[in-house]
Amino acid sequence: MNVRKTRLVLRLEKRDNSVGMGFVSRGFRGKRRDDAAPGRLPPGQYLTNDYPVLSAGPTPRLDLDKWTFSITGEIDSPKSWTWKEFTALPTEMVTKDIHCVTKWSKFDTGWKGVSLDLLFKDVETAAEHTTQVSYGGYTTNLPLEDLMDGKAWIVYEYDGAPLHPEHGGPARMLVPHLYFWKSAKWIREIRLEKEDHPGFWETNGYHNYGDPWREQRYWGD
Amino acid sequence: MAGAALLGRLTWQAAELAELMRETPRVSSLFFNVPEWPGHLAGQHIDVRLTAEDGYQTERSYSIASPPEARLVELTVERLDDGEVSPYLVGELKVGDKVELRGPIGLHFVWRMGDQQPMLLIAGGSGIVPLMAMLRHRALGMHKPPARLLFSSRTYADIIYREELDRLVAMNDGLTVFHTLTREKPDGWKGFTRRLDAAMVKEVAWPKEETPAAFVCGPTPFVEAAADLLVAAGYDPLWVKTERFGPTGTVGG
Repeated sequence: MNVRKTRLVLRLEKRDNSVGMGFVSRGFRGKRRDDAAPGRLPPGQYLTNDYPVLSAGPTPRLDLDKWTFSITGEIDSPKSWTWKEFTALPTEMVTKDIHCVTKWSKFDTGWKGVSLDLLFKDVETAAEHTTQVSYGGYTTNLPLEDLMDGKAWIVYEYDGAPLHPEHGGPARMLVPHLYFWKSAKWIREIRLEKEDHPGFWETNGYHNYGDPWREQRYWGD
Repeated sequence: MAGAALLGRLTWQAAELAELMRETPRVSSLFFNVPEWPGHLAGQHIDVRLTAEDGYQTERSYSIASPPEARLVELTVERLDDGEVSPYLVGELKVGDKVELRGPIGLHFVWRMGDQQPMLLIAGGSGIVPLMAMLRHRALGMHKPPARLLFSSRTYADIIYREELDRLVAMNDGLTVFHTLTREKPDGWKGFTRRLDAAMVKEVAWPKEETPAAFVCGPTPFVEAAADLLVAAGYDPLWVKTERFGPTGTVGG
């Protein structure tokens, strides 16, 4: 009886080790655990009140007179808006939590912009994939369905003021249900595509889809 | 080696702190023995995960300071007093303790042996860390491109890796290091004593005709300023790779 009990305990301990449970960082208590409401922070994220910047290169400075936004690719007649036309479109005020792959999350960020549902209202396409193309040449790929049904916007105001170039101004994507690199800064074009083409970060080690709730940070996650 | 390893899933593994070295009053280098390290490229970063006794976990990213050739994985961490992770890594962690790591991460902000463009490295404070991995890697090469480092620190005592940088320069292998101090002007100091500006970039940076490869790393305002100055000096934005960190001390952000 006793022997059996001991064996059972050993087996349980072994199983714990095999899934990597039980690691404790000696002397670490943590400071920020009370910052966030339970269930509101995706795994591995921490809350910040700052607004850090993630970019791969210099910040483009764009001339609004020359700015356009276009929908191209698998579409009968490509659509394009000038800055004047774009900012005349009906807007929405959106308040969302955002999650950066570099671990910070920021709650209740406030944006003003145009819903992708509105921009795609008359678009008929056989494409299931999209590539967002930025001024400066950076790209990120997304399934088309992740841009539809109230999930994505092109925003040009943050916190009541014009969006700063560092943060993607004059206009950027906002796709808050995915890691924030999936929300392209300095958006120039959404290309509709029949096949999936991994974008800039996606070919540089980062996950192809990027769901923060499944912690899809890197290749293989 | 590292490229192939990156294709698999990056798994967490416990790594033991083998050595601890004070670099400046606020900055220490931590040398980890990572049993199954797949190798890395100069400029990549790594994720660190801490777990409290009650199961609470938090993660941060840190640049790797060691070159791919090193046996131990070195992280050089600045202690931010209001931070959650850096005061633990620099202050609490002792040799023999373990943390969980996974990596390496990132294929954009990297320099590979064999890249032949002249290197221009611009660092603000602990932004030197991934650039040091590049310089250490370069120092071990056979055919190395010329390199210039412009390194902005607050004070003389805040210059991370100061003696090692002097030693690298003394190898006379085409590396030039320019220091600037933004909050101090020590007696006899021969470097710059001001914030980065156009005149400094003109004096230090390779002319655009050389089609250099530029790497800029530091706090966001520093990186913004440096990258803008390089573009103003005629650099193609695609030559300028940046890595920014916010006040939270993490990579990118």
